[in-house]
Amino acid sequence: MQELWYILKRLRSAGTDLLPIVLVIAFFQIFIIRQPLPNLGEILAGTVIVIIGLSMFIEGLESALFPIGENMAQALTRKGSLFWLLVFSFALGFSTTVAEPALIAIAGEAADIAAGGGLIEDTGQAIRSYALGLRLTVAFSVGFSIVLGVMRILRNWSLPALIIGGYLLVMAMTTVAPEEIIGIAYDAGGVTTSTITVPLVTALGVGLATIIRGRNPLTDGFGLIAFASLLPMIFVMGYGIIIF
Amino acid sequence: MGYLLDFLKTLLATGRDILPIILLFGFFQLVVLRQPIPNLRRIMVGNFYVIIGLTLFLVGLEKALFPLGKVMASQLTDPAFIRAAGGDAAWQDYGWVYLFAAMTGFATTIAEPSLIAVAYKARAVSGGSINEWGLRITVAFGVAFGISLGAFRIVTGTPLYLYILVGYVIVIIQTFFAPRTIMAIAYDSGGVTTSTVTVPIVAALGLGLATAVPGRNPAIDGFGLIAFASLFPIIAVLGYGQYAAWSSSRALKRSKENHNEIQSHSRIG
Repeated sequence: MQELWYILKRLRSAGTDLLPIVLVIAFFQIFIIRQPLPNLGEILAGTVIVIIGLSMFIEGLESALFPIGENMAQALTRKGSLFWLLVFSFALGFSTTVAEPALIAIAGEAADIAAGGGLIEDTGQAIRSYALGLRLTVAFSVGFSIVLGVMRILRNWSLPALIIGGYLLVMAMTTVAPEEIIGIAYDAGGVTTSTITVPLVTALGVGLATIIRGRNPLTDGFGLIAFASLLPMIFVMGYGIIIF
Repeated sequence: MGYLLDFLKTLLATGRDILPIILLFGFFQLVVLRQPIPNLRRIMVGNFYVIIGLTLFLVGLEKALFPLGKVMASQLTDPAFIRAAGGDAAWQDYGWVYLFAAMTGFATTIAEPSLIAVAYKARAVSGGSINEWGLRITVAFGVAFGISLGAFRIVTGTPLYLYILVGYVIVIIQTFFAPRTIMAIAYDSGGVTTSTVTVPIVAALGLGLATAVPGRNPAIDGFGLIAFASLFPIIAVLGYGQYAAWSSSRALKRSKENHNEIQSHSRIG
């Protein structure tokens, strides 16, 4: 019963988050385009479902997955076993990315476009396996990024040097990657890090920087997400080279 | 009936998507840390909400946000609508598209919860010299400009990597001048400002534009808007950090000068 009350509170905040964009769309429809939206009813119903779904999703994350994940990150950093810490980092990056809603949506869309453009076979099977391949590639690269970011915090490597190196790699890959993958690869960087990944990964980084002596959680704890939005670009371009 | 079937199919897929996290946490808690799971009931209920919530979100997305973005893109690029605005469809005639892209970018960013969190932390590391609202507005304008530039890129069909390359060069130059404390937060902010709701709307806008503008191929030109939306916040946060450092050091100098002046005056007196 209490949980339902929390969901209602979430509904209100999800509604407020969505309000600005709803206003922009309504303004354009009413004053500038001045045409009725086709299937307005379906769009409204869908929007309500999106808001309810997102509210339940976030409420569930905050009551179950976030507390257990944060405790685990802290317990593992205290345990002091580098092996298990790195295994956990990789698995955390991988599994949170597989469940990331925005990535599921974008991968599906990219697969439909690729099938429509004749890049892959236009069958349900081929589309699903392309979308899944894309997501697994991104998930793998995020797992790898978190390991890299944890090593950086432990060894105190320079963040700007690594980021600039990453940019150079992105550019180098762009010259060899097929044209059709570049857009989706660049987008993959921004898409991967959202609702689930960011809080859990940030908790890991801040936990690490708090425990290691001589590190400041505010400056050294961040930077994990930066890799997670850089490496997927490189890996997805690699996926494109293999697939197309 | 169609809804129900969609829902069940998505529910099955979602269960599969959430499974790795549950296995990961279960394995580490029981095998590596060897501790019982606290509040098991609460966690089961939470997981149930996660799966149902994600399923509803994905079903609604397919029914509402994706079609909406595409319909808006095609209405705004409709030859009848463009011609009403005057002349042949050159890139200048897509003015409303750029405005819509900019407003969408601004509206989705200003209310973004992860940006609010980043702004709060940035103020804490800068010792208060970075203003939370100042930063949020800067980033929202950054994203608005980024998405609008991205829409311009799709309309003109110029290669994406050129824009991103220039963006990277700007970030690299800024990296040499920005205060060290802000660096990690700035790099992180690129990823976090593009949220679960923004991504589908913005992506659908891009795909819709690439489909509707003559001569564009959705497979090549359709994606890339999110890349713009995640590059510009980095530039905006680094820039704001530089500005805050510069203005606070100037204020410090001025207050010292005033102080000296007062002292010398009082000595004369």
